[in-house]
Amino acid sequence: MKVPTMAEMMAAGQKPEVLFWVGCAGSFDDRAKKITRAFVQLLNKAGVSFAVLGTEESCTGDPAKRAGNEFLFQMQAMMNIEVLNGYEVQSIVTTCPHCFNTLKNEYPELGGKYEVMHHTQFLKKLLNDGRLKVEGGSYKGKRITFHDPCYLGRANDEYEAPREVLSKLEADLSEMKSCKQRGLCCGAGGAQMFKEAEKGDKEVNIERTEQALETQPDVIATGCPFCNTMMTDGVKIKEQSTKVKVYDVAELLADAQA
Amino acid sequence: MQYVDNIVFVAVLALAILWFSKQVGKIRRNINLGRDIDRTDNKSARWQTMLRVAFGQSKMQARPIPGILHFIVYAGFILINIEVLEIVLDGVLGTHRLFAEPLGGLYDVVINFFEILAVLVITACVVFLIRRNVIKVPRFTKPEMKGWATRDGNNILYIEIILMLALLTMNATEANFEHAVAGPFLISQYLAPIFSGMSQDTLHIVERFAWWFHIIGILAFLNYLPISKHFHIILAFPNTWYSNLKAKGSFPNMEAVTKEVKMMLDPTADPFAAPSADDSGAAPERFGAKDVTDLNWVNLMNAYSCTECGRCTSECPANMTGKKLSPRKVMMDTRDRLEEVGKNIDLNGEFKDDGKSLLDDYISREELWACTSCNACVQACPVNIDPLSIIVQMRNFLVMEESAAPQELNLMMTNVENNGAPWQFAQADRLNWKDEA
Ligand code: SF4
Ligand code: SF4
Repeated sequence: MKVPTMAEMMAAGQKPEVLFWVGCAGSFDDRAKKITRAFVQLLNKAGVSFAVLGTEESCTGDPAKRAGNEFLFQMQAMMNIEVLNGYEVQSIVTTCPHCFNTLKNEYPELGGKYEVMHHTQFLKKLLNDGRLKVEGGSYKGKRITFHDPCYLGRANDEYEAPREVLSKLEADLSEMKSCKQRGLCCGAGGAQMFKEAEKGDKEVNIERTEQALETQPDVIATGCPFCNTMMTDGVKIKEQSTKVKVYDVAELLADAQA
Repeated sequence: MQYVDNIVFVAVLALAILWFSKQVGKIRRNINLGRDIDRTDNKSARWQTMLRVAFGQSKMQARPIPGILHFIVYAGFILINIEVLEIVLDGVLGTHRLFAEPLGGLYDVVINFFEILAVLVITACVVFLIRRNVIKVPRFTKPEMKGWATRDGNNILYIEIILMLALLTMNATEANFEHAVAGPFLISQYLAPIFSGMSQDTLHIVERFAWWFHIIGILAFLNYLPISKHFHIILAFPNTWYSNLKAKGSFPNMEAVTKEVKMMLDPTADPFAAPSADDSGAAPERFGAKDVTDLNWVNLMNAYSCTECGRCTSECPANMTGKKLSPRKVMMDTRDRLEEVGKNIDLNGEFKDDGKSLLDDYISREELWACTSCNACVQACPVNIDPLSIIVQMRNFLVMEESAAPQELNLMMTNVENNGAPWQFAQADRLNWKDEA
């Protein structure tokens, strides 16, 4: 698939419209890689000139910062900023709300000032500008419930973009009992993804999956690779995998392209 | 002799105000034990936030039933306090219902309005008591609510009911006076018959008793605030004014670290160079927070502003799934520890090491590591308290000062450091996805 890197673009004397920040999950996690590819498919379809950093990309430092390691975070941040500024990057789109939040809110003070968008915001723009269209797809009339990623929703007050993209699918959107400002975490944030949970009587992703299942969905839509993993696991544990699918907004939209 | 009442009144009033200022002064000093943080930017947005969240109680309305009831108590209390002005003036001047004559018919209207409010306040308080003690709404029965916290919550409601009843009694006796200067009133006319058999002398004594009871009750309540969660009626305002205006996901970058990292990444920097003069004192004594004095003063003001309502805890994914973490407990612990530090200073003139700290003696590591940093607590708090900020600063301490992260997180961080990803994948493989599937 056509994925130019910044280095290649630079060598060819070109400058992309936007840098696609893939993120660690999007680069390495098998499930998240599918989301990455779906998003690239959409970018190519819409004729967006984009590039990735490829092997020059490194962790934004988000998990280190949330775990409390400010030192490691800033090391990562400074190194990434050096690369990004070296390419004179101005705008960034990313499929990971954690990368989105860190790049958008925590990099500027360290010298990395960019226009940063979450992929659902970018897709919304492409749809509104007519660069992307929904043509067919099998989600018409299907019941979809959207799980707000904490780092897109509460952390950055973006609740509408993913819903607007989903509404274009003419699906039957239903909300969970905790949604938007009061959306319940999937359990992965704050570096929890990388450790066992503390002792309790339930896993957070099970609690959230139960809320999602209450809406009787055909699809649980996500906007974060970590949420996606947590919800997929939750659905599996609840033995609903055959009935209920977990997809990223980008995957659903890519599927609705003729 | 005729001025005895006035003198006693002025003395009581002065004492109450003095004692209150002294207590507030201590709280102020305690809050100022926190580290500096500048929250004076964007003043217009700050005033707006305060108007919306504190005056307008916008965030209370996320839960309509307690939201509306609370609004009644709040509005009722503020408005009824206009009457306290008359009471104070009466007390000082030795007058009786000073405003009755100048206001004429309007006076009865105003008092009637207060009476309606008083009944609404009583009703709301009764419902609150039922919610806490009969229905036992889950957020009021969590472990951190045991003992004083529960008593405190009930005390406030009882006091408010009693104060409102005293007000109505004052009016009800007035209605039986031969030379009543006001009334009869909308509500207290129904209470009036209780007193109708009494002689004029007894009536006056009962009225005076209700009057004194009411005003002394209010002054006592005032002095109860500083040891109670009810202090939020004052601190809610500055607390919202100074609240974080940035995106909730934006965690502050530590300046001291920035300097160090810049130096490490700068090949021309001399690692052995003596720190320049302007550097000295700039670096904090320790990274992150082990004790309350390592937190910033807004964190500490947050602790004194907490109403212990538990909205944060009831939305916390960790707490919801049975983990020990409760953001409300984080705030209550911070206040308790800060009070302890304050008493220590009162006793010794300055803080004398007591071998205790917020970490471990109050908040356990298990609690800290259970947080998903989801910001649900911050969103839920009706007075814009930020428990997550405290949790993160304490994690900073654990990781940066003690290298005491859970093993799996250490592994994750080693990976980030070595491969630029939280898992064990090589950076060189970062673009492999492009050619797969
Ligand atoms: S940020 Fe942490 S403490 Fe606050 S609600 Fe989320 S998990 Fe609980
Ligand atoms: S922190 Fe806020 S939400 Fe939590 S108990 Fe205190 S006042 Fe209530």
